[in-house]
Amino acid sequence: MSAAPTPALQLEDLTRHYGERTALGDVSLTLARGQTLVVLGPNGAGKTTLLRVLATLLRPHAGSAQVLGNSLPDAAWAVRGRIGLLGHEPLLYRELSARENLRYHARLHGVAEERVEELLDAVGIAGRTREPLRTLSRGMTQRVAVARAVLHDPELLLLDEPRANLDPAGAALLEPLIGAPCARTRVLCSHDPAADLAGADLVLGLRAGRQVLLAPPSALADSEIGALYR
Amino acid sequence: MSTVEPPAGATTEPPIAARATLPDAPLTPSDAPATPSDTAPPPRARARAAVGFWRTVAAIMRKELLVELRTLESVPGMSLFAVTVFVVFHFALNKNAVSGDEAAGILWVTLLLAAVLGINRLFVADAEEGGFDGFLLAPVDRTALLVAKALALLIYLIVLELVAVPAFGLLLLEPSLGHALPDLPGVLLLGDLGVAAIGTLVAALAVRTRARDLLGPLLALPLLVPIVIGAARASAPLLTLGHTQGPPLRWLATLAVYDLIFGLIAYAVFDFLLDD
Repeated sequence: MSAAPTPALQLEDLTRHYGERTALGDVSLTLARGQTLVVLGPNGAGKTTLLRVLATLLRPHAGSAQVLGNSLPDAAWAVRGRIGLLGHEPLLYRELSARENLRYHARLHGVAEERVEELLDAVGIAGRTREPLRTLSRGMTQRVAVARAVLHDPELLLLDEPRANLDPAGAALLEPLIGAPCARTRVLCSHDPAADLAGADLVLGLRAGRQVLLAPPSALADSEIGALYR
Repeated sequence: MSTVEPPAGATTEPPIAARATLPDAPLTPSDAPATPSDTAPPPRARARAAVGFWRTVAAIMRKELLVELRTLESVPGMSLFAVTVFVVFHFALNKNAVSGDEAAGILWVTLLLAAVLGINRLFVADAEEGGFDGFLLAPVDRTALLVAKALALLIYLIVLELVAVPAFGLLLLEPSLGHALPDLPGVLLLGDLGVAAIGTLVAALAVRTRARDLLGPLLALPLLVPIVIGAARASAPLLTLGHTQGPPLRWLATLAVYDLIFGLIAYAVFDFLLDD
């Protein structure tokens, strides 16, 4: 008899404060491997804080968080390198070119440089790989950021509004890397429920840091989602 | 380096080399035995090598020097500042030539203040452009960032001195610089090692605060005073007209011990500075 698979995420009353303010309070959920969690909520709801805690960049202040079978923050070292984070900031150096940035991250992750060339092609910026990042548009920079996030084939993708600044063609181009076809476990913060709920297995609604909704998308009414933003 | 124990109280992180053998280690996924928990593997399971400490240091240094070459934000500013201060001293002292303690004091105070400019810029790109987060997400020994940044700062200081010391010899120094040269580079290097260790530690601490431009120098200067004292005392005989003595061993030893102590302190606490 085989043991049950470890969930990708198992959160119990996960809490994080910024000073006196509770940025994230009592979030509890379980997400199986390969599934997609869509996180909805208005600005300041705690979505980005949740992603940063899961990415091991912020410590939880209460509750527990198991990511890929490892408890945070004690076993954070075992999770780093298995997570791809695409946040509001591209985490790239403006003075370096796309290729130089990706090669730097490839060296940190022990990834072969052929993967860099493969991704530069895949995100459609192969013609502008020598230009400093500061000369690229936000959309182009977002494409490079996506390449950085998936460079090391992470098991868990943490995506904070991944289509921000992308035109429809760009969004379609990146879909195999970060969309449902990528077959990775995904946590996707979104302001576009209509587009993102289709690929979701579980929906988490946050408001003022509190968990106000947790259900599969099929069990949610439009009014419940709309109420999150009122 | 990767086998060094983490500092007391730090989150227990096995060394990188050891992680590849742990059940959940991600470093060589293609080699990992299939387990039920691997039922949803990534689409392309690529072999990834565990990244060694010095390879990480090399990667960061390469990036660091590339950014400096592109922006020219640190070294040219430090060098220009030092030369300008020598010109100011030249006119303010109303002297064409200084020697001995006076020369050593002017040289080291100027180098120290120029170094502070570089220290203040050391982590700015990382803080402003997300480089810290990018680094923290990588499965590497975090102390590699300290070593790489300290080595980068050491290179900046050496380049600064290649410009500033000849300018000092030309504008202010009474004895010929040639007479000091056999021993002076060694004293400069000992001073630079301490400045690099303390500067990197202070820069990492200050860069995450809102008042980093103020806090950096306020923290660095008191800690750097012993280096100025030791280096100036060690340099003074070399900058004296008709000198016959080498640098006093007592002051060289003081500098070396101070460098070692702060190198170890930086190594022990750096991980905590990066933590949330």
